[in-house]
Amino acid sequence: MKWGQPLSLTLLVFSTTLAKPGVKNIVLVEGVRTPFLLSGTTYADLMPHDLARAALQGLLHKTSLPKDAVDYIIYGTVIQEVKTSNVAREASLGAGFSDKIPSHTVTMACISSNVAMTTGVGLITAGQCDTIVAGGVEFMSDVPIRHSRKMRKTMLALNRAKTLGQRLSLIGSIRMAHLTPELPAVAEFSTAETMGHSADRLAAAFGVTRLEQDEFALRSHTLAKQAQDAGLLSDVISFKVPGRDTVAKDNGIRPSSMEQLAKLKPAFIKPHGTVTAANSSFLTDGASAVLIMSEEKALAMGYKPKAYLRDFVFVSQDPKDQLLLGPAYGTPKVLARAGLTMDDIDVFEFHEAFAGQIMANLKALDSDWFAQTYMGRKVKVGAPAMEKFNLWGGSLSLGHPFGATGCRLVTTVAHRLLKEGGQYGLVAACAAGGQGHAMVIEAYPQ
Amino acid sequence: SSFDLSFFLARTHVNYEVKEDVAVIRMNDPNSKVNTLSVRMQNEMIEVFNEVLANDAVHSAVLISSKPGCFIAGADINMIQACNTSEEVTKLSQEGQKMFERIEKSPKPIVAAINGSCLGGGLEFAIACQYRVATKSKKTVLGTPEVMLGLLPGAGGTQRLPKMVGIPGAFDMMLTGRNIKADKAKKMGLVHQLVDPLGPGLKSPEERTIEYLEEVAIQCARGIVHKKILLTKKKGMMQKVQDYVMGIAFVRQQIYKNVNGKVMKMSKGLYPAPLKIIESVKAGLEQGPDSGYLAEAQNFGKLAMTSESNALIGLYHGQVACKKNRFGVPERPVKNLAILGAGLMGAGIAQVTVDKGIHTVLKDTTVEGLSRGQQQVYKGLNDKIKKKAITSFERDSTLSSLTGQLDYSGFEKADMVIEAVFEDINIKHRVIKEVEAVIPPHCIFATNTSALPIKDIAAASMRPEKVIGMHYFSPVDKMQLLEIITTDKTSKDTTASAVAVGLKQGKVIIVVGDGPGFYTTRCLAPMLAEAVRVLQEGVNPKKLDALTTGFGFPVGAATLADEVGIDVAAHVAEDLGKAFGSRFGGGNVDVLKTMVERGFKGRKSGKGCYVYTPGLKSKDVNPDIDDLLEKFKLTPNPSVSSDSDVQYRLVSRFVNEAVMCLQEGILNGPVEGDIGAVFGLGFPPCLGGPFRFVDTFGADKLVEKMRRYEEVYGNHFTPCQLLLDHAKDSNKRFHK
Repeated sequence: MKWGQPLSLTLLVFSTTLAKPGVKNIVLVEGVRTPFLLSGTTYADLMPHDLARAALQGLLHKTSLPKDAVDYIIYGTVIQEVKTSNVAREASLGAGFSDKIPSHTVTMACISSNVAMTTGVGLITAGQCDTIVAGGVEFMSDVPIRHSRKMRKTMLALNRAKTLGQRLSLIGSIRMAHLTPELPAVAEFSTAETMGHSADRLAAAFGVTRLEQDEFALRSHTLAKQAQDAGLLSDVISFKVPGRDTVAKDNGIRPSSMEQLAKLKPAFIKPHGTVTAANSSFLTDGASAVLIMSEEKALAMGYKPKAYLRDFVFVSQDPKDQLLLGPAYGTPKVLARAGLTMDDIDVFEFHEAFAGQIMANLKALDSDWFAQTYMGRKVKVGAPAMEKFNLWGGSLSLGHPFGATGCRLVTTVAHRLLKEGGQYGLVAACAAGGQGHAMVIEAYPQ
Repeated sequence: SSFDLSFFLARTHVNYEVKEDVAVIRMNDPNSKVNTLSVRMQNEMIEVFNEVLANDAVHSAVLISSKPGCFIAGADINMIQACNTSEEVTKLSQEGQKMFERIEKSPKPIVAAINGSCLGGGLEFAIACQYRVATKSKKTVLGTPEVMLGLLPGAGGTQRLPKMVGIPGAFDMMLTGRNIKADKAKKMGLVHQLVDPLGPGLKSPEERTIEYLEEVAIQCARGIVHKKILLTKKKGMMQKVQDYVMGIAFVRQQIYKNVNGKVMKMSKGLYPAPLKIIESVKAGLEQGPDSGYLAEAQNFGKLAMTSESNALIGLYHGQVACKKNRFGVPERPVKNLAILGAGLMGAGIAQVTVDKGIHTVLKDTTVEGLSRGQQQVYKGLNDKIKKKAITSFERDSTLSSLTGQLDYSGFEKADMVIEAVFEDINIKHRVIKEVEAVIPPHCIFATNTSALPIKDIAAASMRPEKVIGMHYFSPVDKMQLLEIITTDKTSKDTTASAVAVGLKQGKVIIVVGDGPGFYTTRCLAPMLAEAVRVLQEGVNPKKLDALTTGFGFPVGAATLADEVGIDVAAHVAEDLGKAFGSRFGGGNVDVLKTMVERGFKGRKSGKGCYVYTPGLKSKDVNPDIDDLLEKFKLTPNPSVSSDSDVQYRLVSRFVNEAVMCLQEGILNGPVEGDIGAVFGLGFPPCLGGPFRFVDTFGADKLVEKMRRYEEVYGNHFTPCQLLLDHAKDSNKRFHK
């Protein structure tokens, strides 16, 4: 379908497309991910770039892409392993890509791989590249735990010490307090509040009950299990973990019962909070990768694209009280950009950080008061229809390797559009720092 | 039979709603921003309480305020002030005690849900309830501020608090009257559970936070009824040890003695309230609750009739009045403020401005001066992090509103400029001309000077209607007072704008007329002149300090001179001496000048009347001033040199000058005069300020003393006309 054809005709035959004159069509050719595993399980002894490498090799394998056919590789990650701070480069070299392909790493909390993808989109739009591999990786089985600042200071001074006397006096200055390690921050830097705590407050602000949250968590696990059993999660590649078994499935999907869920104590706000371990996403190891190309290039290389990547937005708001409202802010904005309404969307894939966060976002989207008071809009856009929403599970059940989730969401939209026969999909996600992202994806005509 | 009308009147202050088995009692005074335990509030509360008790469907209750930011701010002070005898006040106290006793013994558990201020009688109400839930909002503070009004917690507070938070904790709360934040209150055992304030949702954050608090409190109430929440907590090891130790009579006696000693040392015995608080607590703990409650009620009655309480309540009302802008809303709010001079004052002004949402430019002439000033602002904010008042992130984002610079760039956007450059009329004139060349027409030019008449400074201005004086006190972040000085030409909008900025900076403001020394400096100068004479007469600085603090000044006269700076004092003495003539004489100005010549400029130079060693709190008298004072030695006249006479010589000159400022129209009224003297110069708070002092002490008695001193020293002690008028007619009072 090309722009310039009579609009009335297209409306009669199919619905319209979001292609814009003078703007290159960009397509998602393929998307893959390693199985997402609870941290501390089978991946425990790996390093982050190992996981990213597995995703990249999976992508190469699935697309039969020549190893020098990529113009640029971009990866997203959140907790950086200091030895591989540009994990994109280490992973692409290890995955056998040509060493002539530049690679860089981006970070934007839980929407890091979204940034990796949109950076790629930007490079293609700008005419700099035609073929991009984007992805994300997170490895929570091992995180950088540092010496204390005092100890680091002493150790650095030791490096410069010239005489034995200086060294001995520095070593002598070490006290017990020096030995206390520094863990990676679990709290938001600007507010010193942990995300779970903020999620609990957010749920309370929107009057989301514990019951609603547990029901949503159960839904997520149930749908994920159904999708897994039906073989719908075709983006998952199998991965032979060195020294361990081959992993082919996500291992965090655990449909339980409402009674079981109700037994859990609140994890953050005690004793009256509503966010529990079971209605929150869990610490996950995993990596994802997608192949993005200009439509022309994809067709020229003989690929059958899966979807168009269309309009996207990044939003940000107060990191204290609106930390996790990215989807509520991003959705109306990206719909307006694309000229669509909620009803036009056939497939929704929202990142599920916490069940309470999802419910709060849905309520915000469905509130005229919120739209008017905080978004400067006249009316609400409305909440997504649940029968279109996260039908193959979500971060709560499949897992949430921070840096890798964005690519999973986009690939899932593409696969669901193919499977369900819809035309438009919407991805939305929140991220630490009070930021968010939303993207419209259009099915590629089959 | 008589009709009970109140039965038919709708309740306006207290109402309740039954939610299944829990009664939610809501307080909301429709006529005020805050809830107070007024007669009306109490009566309606008792009515509601009776209904709740009688309702079999109700098993528990939640007590909550519908006002965002206030649970109950305290008892209604007017209720106490309306009493004429201590017996009446004692009765008020006993009624309060009785009501809270019923609450405490309620068979249906009552949960106090606290959001905002929970002070005085409000706190006493809350601690009579079975359980307390509080929000972690910044506005939530708990405390017993009665002592600051010269009173004590008179509705069971002195009896319940020691049991709840321990004897030392209770004394700390009641004797300092300080506000306790929610998380600290939880640690102390003052509240049981905390609730986080909520952000935006489907309602306004304030509204939804109160609703959430109510939901949690209801859960707690049900939890208590269903025994899921136990009211008697299992005691930890530490608690058991503490209880054992406090169970020993000897230990308690030591505590009373210790606390008593501390109070006497700090208050010099000038404040009766702290001693009565100790007495009441002791009565309860040593002789049992009946004696305790009786002692509390009787002491409360006694305290309410003291002049000290009257003075402190007067200051409280005055402070509230001086936190309002009587000049209206300025035409345009100040969003960009530029400060000239990054010295102690300039940087201090920046410090109290930059975190109030005002973009602040700090300009100096040298990099060194500017850096020092910027560091002062940084340190001020950083210290707040250490006290957990702000986060490091808030510090950083606050500092992003501060621009340090050496030139006038950006001054075209300034709405107000405050100059805090050196006190020299020529420099001030140069600065005003430089600034007026770069600022927009609407920009206000405020000058921070402690003595130079504003009209003299404004003489160099092209638009004197935009020129105003803003006299800050050092250290700016600690001293509450701001003295604003208007000239005949200053426009009302300029004044309104200056007051608005001062209020934003958190200041208590007096607006006075122009003249040498305005109000505060003019009152201080004759007292310091007298202090110098006292030194010349052979009273050493330590003794002089003891005499002044013994009268109730928080800082002794010699120490005050060192703090202000001997050079500044000399400057002021000379300037005002010229302006007011021999009346401002007393001590020889050359004493101060010689000290300055020898480098004894006060604390800032390490030596003044005292020697200051960094890191040391105690200070010794500067031995080098002995020969200096010897050189200027005066022979004291024994008839006016007793300790008491020396005190009254110092104070009467201060007070007479204050009254003269009112007589001349420099002051707008006695309230501002009292506030300025207490908050700016440390006039004894227990006396309530110079005007309250005249009312209480008696103008006739004061005049009589002054006449005696006048005979010896001449016109330094001539009472002013207004004071004489008051002396003649005992019905004349500054305060009603």
